[in-house]
Amino acid sequence: MIKTVRKYFPIFLLPTFLAFLIGFVIPFALGLYLSFCKFTTVTDASFTGINNYKQIFSDATFIHSLWYTALFTVAAVVSINVIAFSIALLLTKGIRGTNVFRTVFFMPNLIGGIVLGYIWQLIFNGILLFFDKTLTFSETYGFFGLLILLNWQQIGYMMIIYIAGIQNIPPQVVEAAKIDGASKFQILRRVTIPMVMPSITISIFLTLTNSFKLFDQNLALTAGEPSGRSQLLALNIFETFYGRAGYEGVGQAKAVVFFVIVAVIALLQLYLTRKREVQA
Amino acid sequence: MSKRKNAKGRFLTILFSVISVLYVLPIVIIFINSLKKNAYISKAPFSFVDEKNFAGFENYETGIERTQFFESLFWSVFITVGAVALIILCTSMCAWYIARSNSRLCRILYILFVFSMIVPFQMVMFTLSKTADTLGLNTPWGIILVYLGFGAGLAVFMFSGFIKSVPVQIEEAAMIDGCSPLGTFFRIVLPILRPTCISVAILETMWIFNDYLLPYLVLDIRKYKTIPIAIQYLRGGYGSIDMGAMMAMLVLSVIPIIIFYLCLQKYIIKGVAAGAVKG
Repeated sequence: MIKTVRKYFPIFLLPTFLAFLIGFVIPFALGLYLSFCKFTTVTDASFTGINNYKQIFSDATFIHSLWYTALFTVAAVVSINVIAFSIALLLTKGIRGTNVFRTVFFMPNLIGGIVLGYIWQLIFNGILLFFDKTLTFSETYGFFGLLILLNWQQIGYMMIIYIAGIQNIPPQVVEAAKIDGASKFQILRRVTIPMVMPSITISIFLTLTNSFKLFDQNLALTAGEPSGRSQLLALNIFETFYGRAGYEGVGQAKAVVFFVIVAVIALLQLYLTRKREVQA
Repeated sequence: MSKRKNAKGRFLTILFSVISVLYVLPIVIIFINSLKKNAYISKAPFSFVDEKNFAGFENYETGIERTQFFESLFWSVFITVGAVALIILCTSMCAWYIARSNSRLCRILYILFVFSMIVPFQMVMFTLSKTADTLGLNTPWGIILVYLGFGAGLAVFMFSGFIKSVPVQIEEAAMIDGCSPLGTFFRIVLPILRPTCISVAILETMWIFNDYLLPYLVLDIRKYKTIPIAIQYLRGGYGSIDMGAMMAMLVLSVIPIIIFYLCLQKYIIKGVAAGAVKG
């Protein structure tokens, strides 16, 4: 069977493979190479070694947005997952209206980042109007604005994942713990949480990468104002590429650093939480 | 005991009802503001519509005219449907081929696909837009191919996860009975893959329909705009934002999504849950 299947390589594999080359492999390799060059378009690149990388770390805006993003990611991952998990716990108790609540909480996920950004911009500016301020008054406002926005958008999604995980726990296990005299808190800590570890792994992975890579919402909500102080990394890189002439090489080098950070954090997190997954 | 449980359940229902109302409130506020005159929106966003500030559908008219909204909606739908259909067809075939042919080259390719999932778009945005430009892919037809390439990782990963649990024997039996690999794939494998197809379709639709940066950089945006680009353009193109037009366009871009969601919510929520558990 394998031999006959292999003959059909051009039909099965080739279209995706070619598109993958154009859409990912070539741009990735080219990007890696260009991060060591000075260039304005792909064709006029001249090799400059690690010069671009040296410039990154003397760029105060990059260092600032790196810390800003790191802090934002930690806050977002913790708040989204804690709230989503709590809601999932309550919504699996079979209370009336569960389906309606689930539908409502999930809905903001389907709305795009740009649209969400402008929706919340009006809301936040409206609230801050009472204090005679605007969202772009300071980077702290932008930080919490973005945090609330992302919570509003992503809690529903993570809730769905946690609900699926909780419903997968065999009822006998919980029953057995009850008979053994475990308290509600003990059941939560020793049975429920270990049993939904796969859901926790995937939810943390998604929130971690989503908030670290956040761009659209940032662009629409504050666009980095005041003067770049509320820029997350992705927006900072975009600005370096398209907002400053002659800095394309530095932008590409920043993108490589960005990619390495995302990859390392994601893999480390997968490794750490996968280790704690258990079988019933 | 059961009485106490009932009271607790009722309390939770009420609590969640209140939260649900708060949850949809931002969208309601945007809708109310879209009916107000421009000057009243930033000054008093939380006031209701009254005779003084009511603007009728004026905001909708100017907004539609400025952003050419329906043209953008058409291109958004065109690109999303085209790209998702192509992704499902091509990557399911690709994933099946990778799983069944089991050569070293295929294993390397699979690792590359998985690897591409964690690469942030900023890493390739400049080079991808230049590559697409050079190859003439800056049209809605071309960008569909770009989406196939950049979106392949997730889709191949999800299909592969499912195909591994499908017994080979069914396919072997079909082939022994004289079915070609293509026939086997479309008559046997694809129907089994249906639930995964739905999951992949939902995840890719949510991404592509709302994507801003990729089409902004790849498309020739003087000719073709998608909805997120049109909305952003409303702010970028003019000195001060026309808040009324902005509110109206926000409402118009949310409505199709909510209708789509309410019609298919059962599948969407199931698809997301299934997709996450597999991944």
